[in-house]
Amino acid sequence: MAVRDYLRERFFPHMWCPGCGHGTILGALLRAVESLGLKKSEMVMVSGIGCSSRISGYVDFHTLHTLHGRALAFATGVKLSRPEVKLMVPMGDGDALAIGGNHFIHAARRNIDMTAIVMNNRIYGMTGGQYSPLTGYGALATTAPYRNIDHGFDVVTLASAAGATFVARTTAYHVQQAKDILQKAIAHKGFSVVEILSQCPTYFGRKNRMGSAVDMLRWFKENTTKIGSKAKAENPDLIERGIFVEKQLPEYCSEYDKVLERAQSGGS
Amino acid sequence: MAKPKLKEHHIEREWCKGCGICIEFCPKNVLELDEKDKAVAVRLEDCIACRMCELRCPDLAIEVIVQE
Repeated sequence: MAVRDYLRERFFPHMWCPGCGHGTILGALLRAVESLGLKKSEMVMVSGIGCSSRISGYVDFHTLHTLHGRALAFATGVKLSRPEVKLMVPMGDGDALAIGGNHFIHAARRNIDMTAIVMNNRIYGMTGGQYSPLTGYGALATTAPYRNIDHGFDVVTLASAAGATFVARTTAYHVQQAKDILQKAIAHKGFSVVEILSQCPTYFGRKNRMGSAVDMLRWFKENTTKIGSKAKAENPDLIERGIFVEKQLPEYCSEYDKVLERAQSGGS
Repeated sequence: MAKPKLKEHHIEREWCKGCGICIEFCPKNVLELDEKDKAVAVRLEDCIACRMCELRCPDLAIEVIVQE
């Protein structure tokens, strides 16, 4: 099946701004799904609110566009009732880590089998460029005209500490790696978190004078490196890309089945 | 495996928003923006069918079609 066959072409051209990285992430996700040979009917995409969350409108899977920050909660419900389907939960940085922060850490702790994709553009784009939990110290935003004094979360560290069994990071520049990581994350049994740095030329880029979408992609290229590279040892400010955690732990739906069995057999 | 040989670039003009990412990151400088700010492949003979334009296009507007 070709990548385009997974799209709802009637909604194209999409609503994202020129040069927005979210479309590139959509492309990488579809290529990952295609490589895995997944059928449209065996995937469910659940999203919340924000620019990133509009992604669920463009894929021809089962889709659910839900409340701000609550995508993982809805996805948990879907997964528990239909454990055989593949759950994908793309979220923005604000959606996943501000209003949805608790859902995020607890879904990770449960190790429920789904793929959380944090499309990190470091800003609330849809509502006009307010700072998010990933904007980071010293950056400019509509609501931080004298620079942000909040430190950003490190999604990888947060997800790992919360118990996610697959944790990775890449960028919208590193498209081949994004596809490969998403493919592994979707195939992984357990809660997987993939952070993908995405450029917002309209708000984050413009506010922080980072130039065009092309310049922002070049920034990803120049300011990131593979995990454990020599470049990282020489320049600790580089952001690492790759798979940080990949381990097997009992999965939530399987464990829940065991609870049912114990209850029904009268044992403990 | 033989190197893929280009047949054509299928560019969905209605979808292209003219961001220029495909042009900038093409290793062989094959693409350009036309007068309507839409991507067009102008130096087809230089294309090595690496698909970097297709993979990076945020509008999902480019498909590199290779000869079978």
